[in-house]
Amino acid sequence: MTKLKDNYFEIKRAGINSTFQDNGRKNLNHIGIPISGVMDKRNFILANALLKNETNTPVIEFAYQGPLLEFNGDKIYFVITGDVKFEIIKNNNEKIIGLPYNVYEIEDKDQIDIQSTNKSVYGYLSISENIIIDEIWDSFSTNTKAKIGSNNGEKLSDNQKIKIRHKNRNTALTKLNYIDKKIEYIRVIKATNFDYFSEKAKEVFFKEEFKVTKLSDRMGMRLEGQILENVVSTNIKSEGLVKGVVQVPSDGNPIIMFADHGTIGGYPKIANVISADFDKLAQMTPGTAIKFKEVNLEEAEKLFKFYNLETTNLINQIS
Amino acid sequence: MIKNILNLGDAAVYCDFGKDVNQEININVINYFQNIKDKKIEGITNITPSYNKLIVSFDLEITSYSKVKKIIENLELEKKFEKENKLIEIPVCCEKDFKLDNDRLEKKLGITYDKILEIFFSKEYFCYMTGFIAGMPFLGDVSEKLRAERLKTPRVKVPKGSIGLTEQFCNIYTYESPGGWNIIGNTPLEIFNKENLIEPALINPGDKVRFNRITQEEYDKIKR
Repeated sequence: MTKLKDNYFEIKRAGINSTFQDNGRKNLNHIGIPISGVMDKRNFILANALLKNETNTPVIEFAYQGPLLEFNGDKIYFVITGDVKFEIIKNNNEKIIGLPYNVYEIEDKDQIDIQSTNKSVYGYLSISENIIIDEIWDSFSTNTKAKIGSNNGEKLSDNQKIKIRHKNRNTALTKLNYIDKKIEYIRVIKATNFDYFSEKAKEVFFKEEFKVTKLSDRMGMRLEGQILENVVSTNIKSEGLVKGVVQVPSDGNPIIMFADHGTIGGYPKIANVISADFDKLAQMTPGTAIKFKEVNLEEAEKLFKFYNLETTNLINQIS
Repeated sequence: MIKNILNLGDAAVYCDFGKDVNQEININVINYFQNIKDKKIEGITNITPSYNKLIVSFDLEITSYSKVKKIIENLELEKKFEKENKLIEIPVCCEKDFKLDNDRLEKKLGITYDKILEIFFSKEYFCYMTGFIAGMPFLGDVSEKLRAERLKTPRVKVPKGSIGLTEQFCNIYTYESPGGWNIIGNTPLEIFNKENLIEPALINPGDKVRFNRITQEEYDKIKR
């Protein structure tokens, strides 16, 4: 009997920041390990739904330029989600322009060339098979800052191989017509140190635009705008941080915490982005102007329910 | 006791134990942390204790602020703390390559380095919290004779294992990391071991720590 060998992807080009991600690892903040996980949860959910994968199946998340992968092995299916430009280069060199939210089949020596995200940051590649990577503390997510998680805590690198193993699947060549809508405001709830800021700063925060700077990654997003004047103290006793919290250090420019954030910090918290707007915020590229809008807790909870309902409706539209 | 419970965004409960930072309050925070953790409440994604705050994050798809708040308010506290804290011994080498802020501290505190170390090694420290980077313990209280501000310009890279001082606290850099604390020495021990899946952090909130001074020779031996 011949032994079936594992299929694999060879990474011909790793891309800028390509990592394995899922919903992240929970309940380790108290020893300094953040939750990690996908930056845009809806696109992660859709990627797995299109392939009829289980909901928390790990995917490859990429930012700006994605990887170029050569497939080796039997036929498999894949899908890419997000606003992503990519090509499939068939083993006879025929090139097919890829469409996100469309399931494709590939065979031995076909390549997927993920060229770039359009006016957005993150995209997702999911496949119909099991990716052979380590699960650490109930998650496959890679945290490159702490060097924790799958792939030894490192992003993908050129020439590495990703082993994949066949699993029972009921994938079909399904698709979804979806274009991610941009939003006008990022909605926030006032946070615990809102009153540390001057009356003018409070007004500025909700009236003026803030620009996303290049100093933004999976840990956080730094913004730039009119300086937010603190009239109480620019340091607080270090305390826990959560995803979406907007901190303002002494330079007066806000920083929003993302998936790989440090677990504690000592800057005052002016506001907190609502859960319904995390995905859209994460996709905002450097240079984008953000305006904040205040909502209360009850509204935020409703908006989140509505957002999830939209996601469910999208899943139901897959055909 | 918790003075005030607030929401932090739509997916976290912010428990405020007041403004003061002392061990009594922090033990209270840790006690709440352990009690909430042991209850395994559905939908909780993180419980983050710090000096005088406790943040409980949750998955808004599963639960909500009002539900989690109610559970915390009605929690019947068991005294877990006394049972679980332990004493951990940390060897520290203060030879020339490791005492990065020797001159700065001597100048700032007006005492010799030997005296600084004598005071530093003479007591046990209490772990208020662990975090910022994986496994980094925040320990206190440092003697009033050794209180120094953090560096005006933080170092881009503080070496792994560095022991730092700032105000009433000391810490251990579990990884090479940016940081602004005054570095007095270095430990060869792995303070955070990601291979240990059950207990990766050597020092957890509520633990006690004793630092023991070692020579370069002893340091190299442990490091090997």
